[in-house]
Amino acid sequence: MLLIHCPYCDETLPEAEFTYAGQAHVIRHPEPSSQTDQEWEEFLFIRENVKGDHFERWRHFHGCGRYFNAVRNTVSDKFLTTYKAGAPRPQLSDLKEGGE
Amino acid sequence: MTRFNAFSLLKNALSGNKNWTEQWPEVEPKSSYDVIIVGAGGHGLGAAYYLAKEHGITNVAVIDKGWLGGGNTGRNTTIIRSNYLYDESARLYDHAVDLWEDLSQDLNYNVMYSRRGVLMLAHNVHDVQSFKRHIHANRLNGVDNRWLTPEECKEYCPPLSISKNARYPVMGGALQERAGTARHDAVAWGYARGAAMRGVDIIQNCPVTAIRRNADGSVAGVETAKGFIKANKVGVSAAGHTSVVMQTADVRLPLESYPLQALVSEPVKPIFPCVVMSNAVHAYISQSDKGELVIGSGTDQYTSYSQRGGLPLIEHTVAAITEIFPIFNRMRMLRKWGGIVDVTPDRSAIISKTPVDGLYVNCGWGTGGFKATPGSAHTFAWTIAKNEPHPINAPFTMERFRTGRLIDEAAAAAVAH
Repeated sequence: MLLIHCPYCDETLPEAEFTYAGQAHVIRHPEPSSQTDQEWEEFLFIRENVKGDHFERWRHFHGCGRYFNAVRNTVSDKFLTTYKAGAPRPQLSDLKEGGE
Repeated sequence: MTRFNAFSLLKNALSGNKNWTEQWPEVEPKSSYDVIIVGAGGHGLGAAYYLAKEHGITNVAVIDKGWLGGGNTGRNTTIIRSNYLYDESARLYDHAVDLWEDLSQDLNYNVMYSRRGVLMLAHNVHDVQSFKRHIHANRLNGVDNRWLTPEECKEYCPPLSISKNARYPVMGGALQERAGTARHDAVAWGYARGAAMRGVDIIQNCPVTAIRRNADGSVAGVETAKGFIKANKVGVSAAGHTSVVMQTADVRLPLESYPLQALVSEPVKPIFPCVVMSNAVHAYISQSDKGELVIGSGTDQYTSYSQRGGLPLIEHTVAAITEIFPIFNRMRMLRKWGGIVDVTPDRSAIISKTPVDGLYVNCGWGTGGFKATPGSAHTFAWTIAKNEPHPINAPFTMERFRTGRLIDEAAAAAVAH
């Protein structure tokens, strides 16, 4: 059972309250019609699938209902941090395992 | 390596079973090979076996970071079926079932393929309509599948509760009688032995750290823990770690790696005659020849390489199983484990050439790769040997995510692949 810190509720709660929502910081192009097939493939389907520290989105589904971002290590499953949607992407060098 | 037959069994029995030769030799890697397969699971070992047997390519190595069959081949629930909706999938999975039927004879190794039937339960009107559509589509593709009423389901699988008061009432089921189970370890061992007998080197506990490319972009070989090994062709069959390996050759794939868990109960006498799956509650169950109930469901919700997974999913799975089979609600569960499965956006595999000359990939089997093992291995070997896909795996390219020609089994079944 993962324990996840919701940056809006400012509480650390069990995984069952949350839903996973995929890789974070995937940005939709402001002019979608200008995109090539290859760029569409990148945007829709290609993901980092990193073995290590992963930037990802979660939703506090059974709580405040809001989406937020997190950094989690995909080998240890431990969270390095969670932060509000729209906040800048943190530098990995500033983070340590178990930090909030 | 001794062929298994009545005579060799008798001879070795009389000498106290002390003179059996090894099933495959422990070898050090050579400096170069015609083909290197990365990943010694059923799919990779099978590909090496068919390369040697059907294409005469025997200067082959299969390299694995762990022991052979120690990844998803040894971690799945061993269900075999081919009742997929789309034509492309039906052809691929039914090709696998065709090969499963004679695999023990072909390999001279008992893979314990058991045609015990897979029954998929319908619990609501949507399930009924969807399964009937699947049945019609399957039959048009020559795949056996038929509709059973709740009473017929109960007759086929006596432990099933068809009470109308159940939380998930059984409104019928789709039965594929040709489907069943096999012994997962034996599949890896049988392919390994068959390949080794034909001259293939099997190199265990030797991680491939990178794929190296020539100046013209083509494949040069692989970097491993035991040094660089040259190869004309490299086939990657590394399941959940495919993204990690392929990234070293600058090939990015539409994959995400998730933990998929399974569990077994304490062993009991034979009680459960078939495989039962339920998409609505999302769980499946069968009984192994050792007597354990083998139970599984979907992946955990988050990507991970941890080979563990979380307990909430196990709770959900066991709750679903005891709801449909109240008879099992006092049974104790013995072990649970996780494997890392590589999932594609359309939940169909990729068996394909890549933009890199001489590099091939067989991945994206997600939660349902075991059933496809012989068909996947057979068509992957063909693709590597001839540098072009077999007609059966031709639609399973990596380009389909660019062209949009998806094989969308995710939409067809939503769960339980």
